[in-house]
Amino acid sequence: MPDIYDVAIIGAGVVGSAIARELAQYHLSVVLLEANPDVGMGTTKANTAIWHTGFDAKNGTLEAKLLRRSYALMEKFIPEAGIPVERLGGLLVAWTEEQKHILPSLQERAFKNGVTDVRLLSPEEVYRLEPNLRPGAQGGLFVPGESILCPFTLPLAFATQAVINGVELRLNFPVRHVDVLPDGSKRVESPAGAVRSRFLVNAAGLYSDEIDHMLGHRDFTVTPRRGELIVFDKFARRLIDHIILPVPTPRTKGVLISPTVYGNVLLGPTAEDLDDKTNTATSEQGLRMLLEKGKAILPALLDEEVTATYAGLRAATEHADYQIRLHKEQKYVCVGGIRSTGVSAAMGIAEYVRDLLADAGLELRPKAVFQPVSMPYIGAVKARPYQRPDLIARNPDYGRIVCHCEKVTLGEILDAIHSPIPARTLDGLRRRTRAMQGRCQGFNCRAHIVEILARETGQDPKFLLALDDRERTTFAHPEKSK
Amino acid sequence: MIIEETDVLIVGAGPAGLANAIELKRRGIPRVVVVDREPEAGGMPRLCHHTGFGLPDLHRLLSGPAYARRYVRMARRQGVEIRTSTTITGWDSEKGLTFTAPDGMGVITARAILLATGVRERPRSARLVPGTRPHGVLTTGALQRFVHERHLPVGTHAVIVGAEEVSLSALMTLRSAGVKVVAMITHLPQHQIYFPYSIARWMYMNVLSSTPLYTSTRIRRILGLRRVQGVEVEHLESGQRRVLPCDTVVFTGDWIPENEVARSGELVMDPGTKGPQVDGEFRTSRPGVFAAGNLLRGAETASNSALEGRRAAQAMIRFLEGETWPDHRLPLISHPPLRWVAPNSFSSRDLEFPPERLSFWADEFVDRGVLQVRQGSRVLYERAFRHLRPNKVLRLSSRWLPEVAPSGPPIEILVRG
Repeated sequence: MPDIYDVAIIGAGVVGSAIARELAQYHLSVVLLEANPDVGMGTTKANTAIWHTGFDAKNGTLEAKLLRRSYALMEKFIPEAGIPVERLGGLLVAWTEEQKHILPSLQERAFKNGVTDVRLLSPEEVYRLEPNLRPGAQGGLFVPGESILCPFTLPLAFATQAVINGVELRLNFPVRHVDVLPDGSKRVESPAGAVRSRFLVNAAGLYSDEIDHMLGHRDFTVTPRRGELIVFDKFARRLIDHIILPVPTPRTKGVLISPTVYGNVLLGPTAEDLDDKTNTATSEQGLRMLLEKGKAILPALLDEEVTATYAGLRAATEHADYQIRLHKEQKYVCVGGIRSTGVSAAMGIAEYVRDLLADAGLELRPKAVFQPVSMPYIGAVKARPYQRPDLIARNPDYGRIVCHCEKVTLGEILDAIHSPIPARTLDGLRRRTRAMQGRCQGFNCRAHIVEILARETGQDPKFLLALDDRERTTFAHPEKSK
Repeated sequence: MIIEETDVLIVGAGPAGLANAIELKRRGIPRVVVVDREPEAGGMPRLCHHTGFGLPDLHRLLSGPAYARRYVRMARRQGVEIRTSTTITGWDSEKGLTFTAPDGMGVITARAILLATGVRERPRSARLVPGTRPHGVLTTGALQRFVHERHLPVGTHAVIVGAEEVSLSALMTLRSAGVKVVAMITHLPQHQIYFPYSIARWMYMNVLSSTPLYTSTRIRRILGLRRVQGVEVEHLESGQRRVLPCDTVVFTGDWIPENEVARSGELVMDPGTKGPQVDGEFRTSRPGVFAAGNLLRGAETASNSALEGRRAAQAMIRFLEGETWPDHRLPLISHPPLRWVAPNSFSSRDLEFPPERLSFWADEFVDRGVLQVRQGSRVLYERAFRHLRPNKVLRLSSRWLPEVAPSGPPIEILVRG
């Protein structure tokens, strides 16, 4: 650990990790600080998993510009790193006259954003693409570039490539104070210790306004916007083959129905402003509302089993655009207000932040060698280890299926536990391998996986299951509420 | 790729699959292969470390693991080939299934196939129970694996969601792990634990009566960030809500067949049972493919599943001897409050040789009504009842089957008030 780093990045979500990866290409000492025990644990982990073209971004915004730039960068990175992706295309379906009349203006907006391949569809064309939609569609807009990807593998790939190229990742490092020292360097303090750096990047997502305050700025406030989502069983996948997007109207913003790269179908999200940055609970009315809306778009969807429900918090601000600012005198870049397009824009943001840092005097000398990264494949299109005789012949653990629903093998679980950014928690293992994410939600495999993780990492199962004393509650008196 | 052929391939080494294999071997079928995705054969009874298994089929009272071991032993003695850690991954041809195992991938082609993949409980997410997603939310099956299979900790205070037979199994498992059961809750107005044997009643009554039971109560949400800290429940009549502090929640019952292999084989599925449609002789819609056990519906006892597997062997042998597959079948449809009826279709042979009895399942308590079977406007059978009990397999006579018009409309089963 150096006495002083060139750059400290606060937040190892998809944006912070992408910035770390970008800077890892240069001769710099970089530290990536994360409050949680794993990367990608905030807004990054609970989203709609869509790789946006940015076709509907507000014209002329930084968001629109970075989404476009990112799209081009991702087209190169995604196949190189082996990120699960499906280039399905998005289909906006107009159900009312009002929505139908909005479509041409959306097409125009897409053209202005440089997304030139969108086209208007007649109702017949809509049903030719998606025959299972409820009857009554008035028309549609097809956006070929909208795609789906794995929102767990992507940030992990960024962070992994950063780490194997020399970036230091410090997990469980919740930042409590940032001080600008007399020499201009920043001292970033957490209960786990402190680091010093010449340059500082704030990519703290939901908490980016709080970090910004620590540096003396009050440019924006983050309001967590909760989005609840429902994941349907893989047998629902045959019902659709595109991302079914709502047409936004001034009054309502609808929900989308999209395949996932794991072969499920996703319905959501809701949008509800909260004041609690930790409230990722689902709600009765949210789930009910989603089912009603889902039924009105794709009636057969509700005949399938629900595999999972979850909620994520988007880092919305009072502003319509990203809040990315260079404070040159402080050698500090704030990356706030990335709202709901972080996964799609991260690479563009990273490049942009790199240039801002250079602007503030950071010297960028490219390394001769930038180690590539190759991620384990957990998608549904290419062969997974259980479908690969070559891998099984080499190591029988790839033929030993532990999670039956998602067909996750012991080999994959051990790989994830011993990867450059190792899975240390059940949640981390779940996101890296898909284990316990299937239709039985761990009915069959959870106990086995707890045992494997405890054995391989030397952690107490009580800790893994959050039964350690720290968390103990008292059960003395049941209290009545309301 | 491993390529193999066998006379009969059975998917699932639980009571139905093993009993079927044993019977086939006894009746002289040369090669019978049973595959199971688990590392150990025996199925769900392996996890139920309490007694109550075996009376109807093995004529003795055994614990779950002893019962499972007995079937595995009997199968091995008969020369059944059991392959564990072998997962069926799809269909290869009309009669072939692909698999993955530690020694490689392959295809097994069989002259006849029995699907006996069993059943699971719907997890919390499938029941759409809102709230946070902390550690400590389990199903009975997961709980039993924690306690008996892996010897892992399960907290200190638990709430059981459901009050039916399997909930009692969860209760016994929690008690054996030293966990205090804070409450057992059911949305129905009374519990649904009907002891099959008087000896069981004598054994369990004490345990049950010392557990607080909340009837007409539903779970509203789960609380807690890292670990469960409680559940909020609501009384359905008064609307009164309260928080029950606990660190473990066990969701019990609400069965859903493990129908993945059946569905990926494009078998016709029954909307009530969510298992494959079968006729009275366990024939699915796909020629040469039979199904038995709890894949057909959730959930019979292990013994009844085993007896079913044994009976399915008879039709399988006739098929292997050249009997043709029925191309026409009459569906049997259930209406709420009935959830399902099994079997759920009849081919012409069933009308001639009716299965001994049918079974069905209700979702609600109904007092004083008439159970009716009809075909179009024709009433085939009626039975008045005083109480209809939910969450338990109920029996129905099959003596009306010869009255069915083979080319008539679907048969319906319903309750008249």
